[in-house]
Formats: sequence, structure tokens, C-alpha cells
Amino acid sequence: MDWQLVAESFWPLLRGGLIGTMPLALASFAIGLVVALLVALLRLSPNPVLSWVGRAYISLIRGTPLLVQLFIIFYGLPQLGIRIDPWPSAIIAFSMNVGGYAAEVVRAAILSVPKGQWEAGWTVGMSPARTLGRIILPQAARVSVPPLSNTFISLVKDTSLATLILVTEMFRIAQQIAAFSNEFLLIYTEAALIYWMFCTVLSTGQNVLEKRLDRYVAH
Amino acid sequence: MSPTDRTPLLTARGIEKSFGANHVLRGVDLDVRRGDVVALIGASGSGKTTVLRSLNGLETPDAGVLELAGGPVVDFGAQAAAAGPGWFGNRTARAAAKANRAALRDRSAMVFQHHNLFPHRTVLENVIEGPCQVQGVPRATATGRAEELLARVGLTEKRDAYPHQLSGGQQQRVGIVRALALQPDLLLFDEPTSALDPELVGEVLTVMKELADEGWTMVVVTHELSFARQVANQVLFLDGGVVVEHGTPEQIFTAPAEERTRRFLDRILHPLD
Repeated sequence: MDWQLVAESFWPLLRGGLIGTMPLALASFAIGLVVALLVALLRLSPNPVLSWVGRAYISLIRGTPLLVQLFIIFYGLPQLGIRIDPWPSAIIAFSMNVGGYAAEVVRAAILSVPKGQWEAGWTVGMSPARTLGRIILPQAARVSVPPLSNTFISLVKDTSLATLILVTEMFRIAQQIAAFSNEFLLIYTEAALIYWMFCTVLSTGQNVLEKRLDRYVAH
Repeated sequence: MSPTDRTPLLTARGIEKSFGANHVLRGVDLDVRRGDVVALIGASGSGKTTVLRSLNGLETPDAGVLELAGGPVVDFGAQAAAAGPGWFGNRTARAAAKANRAALRDRSAMVFQHHNLFPHRTVLENVIEGPCQVQGVPRATATGRAEELLARVGLTEKRDAYPHQLSGGQQQRVGIVRALALQPDLLLFDEPTSALDPELVGEVLTVMKELADEGWTMVVVTHELSFARQVANQVLFLDGGVVVEHGTPEQIFTAPAEERTRRFLDRILHPLD
């Protein structure tokens, strides 16, 4: 085993994770959550047209491969004269994808808050929007941390697909080092371990967040 | 505090409401004067809770007229006809209906059966949420008022507790304080003690009796007939979506005129016979 190569490639890979993979995942997840909230509200709307739009969005996102979505945005749209750079293309594709998956989580979390909380918000004089923001979403947040953490951890790994639209993230760097050194097994295993390291840290973060949000929940 | 000059505060005429095929209210009339304590009694499914919820816009009746002194006069039948069906009706009329609902709501405050306190906010935050967020009361003023109210119901030391750290009776007293903090003209109570353990009922009823003595106008849906008898000055017995009998507590409890009222009281007061 070429320990020197392992040591020499560790920092470039980790660096790719820190300045490529993680920023890509974080930006996409943050925007994706906003998309998810909007789509969940469309789904929950009593207006049948809006509700149908939400349903259609979720169906399209979940029913098509992420890689194909990525390719449509980066390689497809230029034929319509819409040229988007690799990084923004990746962020758009990933956040739209997260939006479709997390919408159902957010919708279920909103529905898990008892109807009496909406009514209490109404009777103290709050508008539906304010009740949602101040009363419902803080309670829904606690319920949605475990499933949303799942979504986020999947996303961290899915960002490796962005290498196929020329985004320089960890896996692209791994491919370059592997091609140069011919040590495919070694380098890809090393990359896998660094992904795993990131995800372990994130799982710990999930536990901390759950404990923090538990403070007002009865045990 | 609420004036006790007994001028009319709320008049309801011919309130009707259906949920799908279920015709819950079939023309209910109600007159509430300032300082009144009105008890709505009746079996489950009699429509008493729906009447109460109609008074603050949690339900929108299909027909009937609701008039608040100095507030809106809402003709529900006309309003529904103008707004049209579902989501594709007349936008202006729908907005007007929404404004009516909010206007009704802003004159009253509700105490729920299951308190519905905000679990992620402390007792104090629950109480000042409405005054600060909606009524624009400065935080310091709202906090001062909330502390006074909490002291009155004996919960001063619980101001920074979360609702789940309180007993059922304490939670319900906070629910009452949250309603009082809105300084409403009308206090609505939806079976405020029926979710409580029997030994906790008294502390809530005591607070409610004090409010009645102070002259607050209250409409109370309740199964506590002794409370209705001692505290209310009007009792309405509902059955099948209509007011079967209406009168003073003496009339209803000692000399009910209607057979249905007699049978209901018998079932509650002598359950084993």
C-alpha cells in the first residue's frame, strides 16, 4: 500500500470536501428547504389548482433521476439559449430536488401539529401566516429534524454527481488523483472514508439539534 | 373592566350550520348582555360547541345573523351567497367575509377544552403573544399586565415554566389568563374543565366564578351543572341543533318545562337510575 500517496492526497481531498462538497450541499439544502416549504404550502392549500401544482412538482422531481435533472439544466437548457455555469447549475438542480423530497416531510410535520394550535393562534388574533411562522413551524421543526437530516446526508453524497457537470468538488479531485496515480482502489476508498467522516459529524449535529429542540417537549 | 350596565352585547338570530350532510345547528337564537354569564348545556353532538365557535369565527355559519354592539353585523346567509361557491367565487365578497370573521374574533377570546397553550413558549410568552404580536402593546406593558393576571390566578412563580411542566388545572388557568390578556368584550369557554382530573376542576371553576363576579361577559359550554346553576344568569339547553329551553338557572334546573330537558338533567344528575 502506498502510504505516501494516501498522506499526500488526504489534504487535497479534504479540501475539496470543505470548499466544494459541503458549500454545495449547504447552499442547496438551504434553498431546497425554502422550496420545500413553498411546495408543502401549495400541497396544503384548499385551492385545488394550487394543490395540484404542488403535487405535480413533487411527482416530477421524485419520478425522474437526479442525474437527468442535472443534465437537463447544464447540457439541455443551453439549446434554449439559457447558459448556466457549473456551480449555479448544480445548486439549482440539487435545491429543486431537495425541495421535492423535503416538501412531503415539511407537509407531514405541519400536519402533525394539532389543529388546536392553529385555532389558538387565530383566537389570540394572529393571521394564518403569522400563526404558521410563530406557532406551527417551530413545533413542526422538532418533528422534521430526523427525516430532514436524512435528506441532507443523502444530499452530501449526491453532490458527487456534480463532477459530471464539471463542478470541482471532492469526487472530481479524487478522479483526477486516481487517473494520475493509477491507484483507483486506494484513492476512491480514501474519498469514501472522507464522505463517511463528514456524514458522521452531521449525524452528531442532528443529535445535538434534537436535544436542543426537545427542551419544551414533555418526556 | 367590563361594564355591568346590562346593555346588549351580542345578538344571534337563526344561526344554522351543516358539516356535510350533518345539520348541526338548525336556527339558534342567543342574546347576551354585558355582564351576562350564559351557560350552554346539552349532550355531546347537541351543537353547543358549534354555537360557541360561531361567535368568534372559528366556524362560519351557513345562515343567520350575528350582531355585536359597536361591531359588525354579519348576515351569514347573504355573505355566503355573495361569496359564491368554493375557491372560484367572488373575491371581494370573500375578502369581506374574512374581515367579518376577524372582526368577530377581535372582540372575544376563547378558552379551549384542551387549553391549546403554545408548548414551545413559556407561560409568560403564551400570555403576551397576542398583546405584543397583534395588538401592538409594548413588551414591558404587556409583561406587567401578564404578571398581574398570573398573580391573580396564583401562578406568579410559573411565569418562566413551559406548559408541559404544569398540572392540567394550572395549564387551564394559564389558558384563561391568555384570554384575559387580550382584554376582550366577551370571554368564551369551551368545556374548560372536561379534560381535567376531577380534583383539578375546582381551581378552574373558582377562577371562572371570580371573573363572573367581576362582571366579565362570559359564554360557557359546560357539563358542570352546579357551576351553571350557581354562576350563570342564563341557561340554554340545546338538543339536536336547536335551543330546546332557555331561562334562568332556577327555571331550568328546578322546573324544566320541556320533557327533553328533564330527561337530560335526569341522566346527568342521577346516572345510575
